[in-house]
Amino acid sequence: MISKKVNSVKEALEGVKNDMTFMLGGFGLCGIPENAIAELVEKNINGLTCISNNAGVDDFGLGLLLHGKQIKKMISSYVGENDEFERQMLSGELDVELIPQGTLAERCRAAQSGFPAIYTPAGFGTEVAKGKETREFDGKMYVLEHAFKADFSFVKAWKGDTAGNLIFKGTARNFNPVMCGAAKITVAEVEELVPAGELDPNQIHIPGIFVQRIFQGEKYEKRIEQRTVRTK
Amino acid sequence: MLDKTGIAKRIAKEVQDGYYVNLGIGIPTLVANYVRDDIEVEFQSENGVLGMGPFPFEGEEDADIINAGKQTITTLPGASFFDSATSFSMIRGQHVHLTILGAMEVSENGDIANWKIPGKMVKGMGGAMDLVASAENIIVAMMHTNRAGESKLLKKCSLPLTGVGCVKKIVTNLAVLEVTPKGFKLLERAPGVSVEDIQNATEGELIIEGDIPEMNI
Repeated sequence: MISKKVNSVKEALEGVKNDMTFMLGGFGLCGIPENAIAELVEKNINGLTCISNNAGVDDFGLGLLLHGKQIKKMISSYVGENDEFERQMLSGELDVELIPQGTLAERCRAAQSGFPAIYTPAGFGTEVAKGKETREFDGKMYVLEHAFKADFSFVKAWKGDTAGNLIFKGTARNFNPVMCGAAKITVAEVEELVPAGELDPNQIHIPGIFVQRIFQGEKYEKRIEQRTVRTK
Repeated sequence: MLDKTGIAKRIAKEVQDGYYVNLGIGIPTLVANYVRDDIEVEFQSENGVLGMGPFPFEGEEDADIINAGKQTITTLPGASFFDSATSFSMIRGQHVHLTILGAMEVSENGDIANWKIPGKMVKGMGGAMDLVASAENIIVAMMHTNRAGESKLLKKCSLPLTGVGCVKKIVTNLAVLEVTPKGFKLLERAPGVSVEDIQNATEGELIIEGDIPEMNI
């Protein structure tokens, strides 16, 4: 068994530097790599380009990195719910590239899968397609979108084993699986790390080959953005 | 004239047995409350769940189970979770039968604008561009006019587009309309609304053929 286990978040983030490009899993605050983000704040590196569906909220998730002005550029599909983000974007301190959510997922998957680019119908005829190659297939128009290139992927899973195999829970899965193996180094953090052999191979969502480093997160706040309930 | 609930109720009648449906944020979300209970429908949320159920009971919220609006939800028997690429495979691959979403503007050729107002804070398109570029059946739920009283059914959209030539049907507080090669074809009137009222609130080409029935909600 090839072990991917590292003993701490510090060890997991060895080699991260200023001006790097990172992929970060999560949808809203659901399934975000909380421990890796906390360590990136701690390391105080900056000039970062972050590929992530959202940009967190003011005091949690990627909002923590924005607060310290560590992010130079965000590539996201939706960035509401964050005043500091808005301020930095409007003042020009922060560069923002907004792209369709499915395109974001597929540009990750292309990087993971060895495709240099993909054709998608999303965004054709809109400003998203400006300056990009387009092509007609069977009478419909498509836009050429390139695979991302990133230095690190930070993903969060529910359970993992020392071989790097991952199992996700609920909608905390979201972008995490497609970011595994899509950067030079994939760092997975899990709520529960078990010895290889304890997880049923039939139930693995992401095989360990896509993961270079795995660790058990010290704690998870799992903040809820919109608590909606009904009464009994 | 309909309120937002009325629009949702009228759109709910378009949902058929066996449909997989994606609902946008706002009025579309309300549609789930009014779908007939003698048909089987599954709701997809693009963050990675099919078979979405109602909000959880207080104390039973799970931070790991949310919808695309980031609200805590539950799942129904037969539900599944999946990653974002698989989710958009369902959408782009036309496995989702019906997409219902809001709009700021729709043009008479079916272009839609619903993600950006130049000069205002832009939050992003989320999954809207993927949804409108691919869905075979798109219904727009919106008010017929904006807050300034200007028509949202235009000859040409003035705002940055979300997608081109993709809207098939529109349900507003005044009418049900179909997008045809010749323009907006008026299908139904909201209760108490005249054809003239609709004509006055529609900037784009409005096609009126024969008697226009009142909606049955």
